[in-house]
Amino acid sequence: MPGTFIPSNYLPIIIICIFATIIGLSPLLIGSLLRPRRSYRQKLLPYESGNEPIGEPRYKFSVKFYIVAMLFVVFDVEAVFLYPWAVAYDKLGIFGFVEMMMFIFILLIGYIYAWEKGALDWE
Amino acid sequence: MSHLRSMILISPELLLVLTALSLLLLDFLVRRKGTLAVAGAAGIFISAYVNYRLIKVGMTGGTIQGMFAFDGYANFFKLIFYTTLLLTILLSVKYLAIEKISAGEYYSLLIFSTVGMMIMAAATDLLMLYLGLELMALSTYILAGIVRGDRRSNEAALKYFFLGAFSSAFLLYGITLVYGLTGSTNLREIASALHSLKLAESPITMLSLIFFITAFGFKIALAPFHMWAPDVYEGAPTPVTAFMSAGPKAAGFAVMGRVLFDVFGGLQMQWSIILEPLAILTIAVGSIIALSQTNIKRMLAYSSIAHAGYALIGIVIGTPEGFVSTMNYLMIYMIMNMGAFGVVIMLKREGFSGENLEDYAGLAKRHPVASALMLVFMFSLTGIPPTAGFIGKFYIFMEAVYAGHIYLVIIAALFSAVSAFFYLRVVMYMYMKEPAGDISLSTSKTAGIALAFAVIMVLVIGVFPSLLLNFARNSFFG
Amino acid sequence: MKYALIPLLPLIAFMINILFGRRYIKDKAHWVSVPAVIGSFILAVSAFMDVKAGNVINIDIYNWIASGSFKVAIGFLIDPLTAVMLIVVTSISSLIFIYSIGYMHGDGGYYRFYAYLSLFVFSMLILVMANNFLLLYFGWEAVGLCSYFLIGFWFHKKSAADAGKKAFIVNRFGDFGFGLGVILIFLTFGSLEYTHVFGHASVIAGKTINFFGYDVGTITLICLLLFCGAVGKSAQLPLHVWLPDAMEGPTPVSALIHAATMVTAGVFMVARCNPLFDLSPVAMNTVAVVGGVTAIFAATIALVQNDIKRVIAYSTISQLGYMFLALGVGAYSAGIFHLYTHAYFKALLFLASGSVIHALHHAGHHDEQNMQKMGGLKKHMPTTYIVFILATLSITGIPLFSGFFSKDEILYRAFLGGGLGKFLWFLAALAALMTAFYSWRLIYLTFHGKFRGSDEHEHHIHESPKVITIPLWLLAFGAVFAGYVGIPPIFYEHGDRIGEFLAPVLGHPLGHGTHAEEIFVIAVSILVALAGWFIAYTMYLKKTELPQKLEARFQPLHKLLFNKYYIDELYSKTLVQPMLRASDKIFLGFFDGRIIEGVVNGVPSFIASFSRGLRRIQTGVFSSYALVMAIGALCIIAAMVFWK
Repeated sequence: MPGTFIPSNYLPIIIICIFATIIGLSPLLIGSLLRPRRSYRQKLLPYESGNEPIGEPRYKFSVKFYIVAMLFVVFDVEAVFLYPWAVAYDKLGIFGFVEMMMFIFILLIGYIYAWEKGALDWE
Repeated sequence: MSHLRSMILISPELLLVLTALSLLLLDFLVRRKGTLAVAGAAGIFISAYVNYRLIKVGMTGGTIQGMFAFDGYANFFKLIFYTTLLLTILLSVKYLAIEKISAGEYYSLLIFSTVGMMIMAAATDLLMLYLGLELMALSTYILAGIVRGDRRSNEAALKYFFLGAFSSAFLLYGITLVYGLTGSTNLREIASALHSLKLAESPITMLSLIFFITAFGFKIALAPFHMWAPDVYEGAPTPVTAFMSAGPKAAGFAVMGRVLFDVFGGLQMQWSIILEPLAILTIAVGSIIALSQTNIKRMLAYSSIAHAGYALIGIVIGTPEGFVSTMNYLMIYMIMNMGAFGVVIMLKREGFSGENLEDYAGLAKRHPVASALMLVFMFSLTGIPPTAGFIGKFYIFMEAVYAGHIYLVIIAALFSAVSAFFYLRVVMYMYMKEPAGDISLSTSKTAGIALAFAVIMVLVIGVFPSLLLNFARNSFFG
Repeated sequence: MKYALIPLLPLIAFMINILFGRRYIKDKAHWVSVPAVIGSFILAVSAFMDVKAGNVINIDIYNWIASGSFKVAIGFLIDPLTAVMLIVVTSISSLIFIYSIGYMHGDGGYYRFYAYLSLFVFSMLILVMANNFLLLYFGWEAVGLCSYFLIGFWFHKKSAADAGKKAFIVNRFGDFGFGLGVILIFLTFGSLEYTHVFGHASVIAGKTINFFGYDVGTITLICLLLFCGAVGKSAQLPLHVWLPDAMEGPTPVSALIHAATMVTAGVFMVARCNPLFDLSPVAMNTVAVVGGVTAIFAATIALVQNDIKRVIAYSTISQLGYMFLALGVGAYSAGIFHLYTHAYFKALLFLASGSVIHALHHAGHHDEQNMQKMGGLKKHMPTTYIVFILATLSITGIPLFSGFFSKDEILYRAFLGGGLGKFLWFLAALAALMTAFYSWRLIYLTFHGKFRGSDEHEHHIHESPKVITIPLWLLAFGAVFAGYVGIPPIFYEHGDRIGEFLAPVLGHPLGHGTHAEEIFVIAVSILVALAGWFIAYTMYLKKTELPQKLEARFQPLHKLLFNKYYIDELYSKTLVQPMLRASDKIFLGFFDGRIIEGVVNGVPSFIASFSRGLRRIQTGVFSSYALVMAIGALCIIAAMVFWK
């Protein structure tokens, strides 16, 4: 289409995506092409340190795991934000500081809330 | 200094967030849960007052790198959201006690959702718009399922969540396509790029327009994207239903109006052609299915679908005056709908849903005031003068007639007549039937205030319609 | 704009009474309503003075809705016509409100009575003060609604509830036409304001509308439709049947609504629309003929009725016929003049008969409205007797009493009217003879001779209290002297002051007669009045056996008249019963809920089944919902592709 906007700035990203896909897929592809294929029941069973597996491999996890996982993700993201902020601190100045404090403050309230609600108690 | 200006312009939203966060913590400190409602209301009032002062001192314009606008358009919708929020909180106090819902979470989620809507109405950038939409939507998903012991409530939340995610995908596709075409997510830049690059006729533009309509159509429950609404409205706790059928719907219209008029203004012909059958379908589906409902919440859910269809007519017309009549309609619908739900909420008590039509039999004998209120709201929803509902429909229809959409008006008026059956059926149950047993109402002072406000507004707008209409007009043009 | 208070005061009284009446005000309701209506009266007088000084007030108080050329405004027009109506309505309302304090004393629904009556006065004032057709229509429907409430005021009495319903339903027929007329006016003129419509009337004059294959003049159609409403509201043939039954309501209601004010709304409306009617000879002739025929038709029925209120009710229908006759021959001011004098003497007749009924009721008499069971009340109720006589002298058109002036004006104008004029005059003169007869018959049966009830009852009959008799005296004053504003020029050159006053609105009647003609008409009308009196005197005072003999002799005729030409029976057989049967099937089922409970059969069943069908799509499975969404979006895309 004539005149259409072409996001040329994003070209490296596309290249990265392509390379990542190639790098990720190629060992699997090469492996599947090269490896010998002789399958029998014992070999296809899930590996459980040599024991016979008992019951379904999928079973219900306690919801507590999810809560912990979610809290982890939240603070993980916080850390992800803190790194670039810390690196660019000089350029962001006082405004950047205030913004980050607000962000941490909101997370802090979330943390207190989760704590008080008993999300961190395992029992 | 532009940072400070940004902070000032979004201070109403920031204050609301602060209120919501404090409510979360206050929940642990305060024993009497009524206090939370008062504290929440106080925070909302402060935020609304700050917003009002900002308007008064003449603050206006864009901020945050042009992603956020503080203009009359946004402020009109913010008034709808503030009112919805306050009325919902006032109506909820007793309900929370009956259903044993944790008050702090409930109120703060309501407020977060409202902040989302305010961001939606003010957003001038597609990403900001998406952010607001998700904040609103995620909060309402949780609200829909907040009665954890109730299977229907859980089901409602889950359905709403999955389908909401589905519709978000449409929105993101639309945004992606537009960005791919024009290289911007800013509404004004997109519009000028579409214009200067002569992309209006491009099929990709068309595709993105359809994706936007699908996504926004989901939020305002347009047929055929409405399927979630009856199930979710019925399953969600009643105050949340009231909130959802007023606030997020208006927010959906706010973004729809802004995107269609600002971005796709050159495609007005096309979106009118897409939306016209949708409006008719929506009105028809809402009105006809509502006829066979015996659950009043479900009836009001379908009614809310039908009303979205009427409000959409103002957009179908495609003129600014048409959209003014839609804004007018949304405000009116919000008030009368909150009122009707308010009465439904009062019928709820422990172990008794009060959601069936039979529960209203003979209500007038036992509770004349509540019945009279319901009567006014039902009349208004039907569109009988001198209530506000009549005014809303009248202006929409008049604008449509002037724009030459005579057949649309005739069809809409016919379905409006059909709708009288199911609204007045409630009135008939209340006034012409003998009460089956003793009906006691869960009244509270706060609910009384909310209902009194709603009924007064319905009548005042009905008698002095120009006040609201001129306000809407000035908001849109000024 | 202080004159906005004229209708507002009664409205406020209504609100107070209806909101606080049951709990707090109870039997003090008149303390709210009476001052309100008297306040309206005082303001009405001041408005009248204003108009007399040459001011015409036409002002939109409040613009309710404005959208393009369509406008709904609450606006008032106070011109000479309205001023006269204001005086009539407020003065009579004031007197009747005071009268009711005594008459309704001790009734369980006392506050309700005053609430409805105030609401009525409000609606009536809106009707006469409106400056556009929509507000007129609002007032028109509102007075009908009040009339329905008040006729059925004693709703526990089945006959009263039925009469209310009958009045409401019969009026529906007329109002339907009226509503269509208003819509047609809007479609034709693009506006509903009097000034605009009447100003552009002549522009539309030649236009026609194709109506079932016939070309009908637009103006004629509008006028006939409007007149439909007038026929219903003013109880003219063939929609007169509701008015006699309306006598089931309390007597003050009969006096106010069904004699002096509401029933004259039709006359007022036609007079108000005179610029339209003037352009349509067809409509004018229709009005005149309907009026003339109704005048004599109702008079014949009144000859033989025994219920005191029904006699007066038929007399009202007959007098309304006179008014329409006057309008139809173009003598609008004569019609309004008669409306004005009639209001006083007819209200007086009703209130005086109410006084009689009140007295008999308190004496324990059971058949309190049957004249055959009365007699000799003269000595027990002297005041009532005297005012009754004064009202009768007035209605029968005895010179120097007000009825004489207005009725004579109508007869004279009919006589001068071309075409059907002489014939209509003959009908009207004959009706005047009958009027004189039945009016005096009523007096003789009620007040003269011997009491025909038990002695026990007679012993207990007393004159009514002051609160009843004082309004009677005041009305009697009006009944005697109201006519002096319209003395025929033949007696006094500038005598026709009301005609001159109304001329700016209603114009001057056409045609000038000679002195000889005028004197002839006056002589005839005096003659028939005296003749009627004489016949009644002979039959009911001198030779009291004569009525029975005549009745036996002309039995079929008597039966026909006594049964009001069997019109009720005719309507019942041909219209009411088939409709009842049909509505039993449809609506009764709807309202007793049998059908509703079985989902939705109250609505046409195809919609119901459609509705249930659509509901089936709503499965509750969210993956199918998502599918519907996706299909919907795809359909739109496909449609847009193909549309290109």
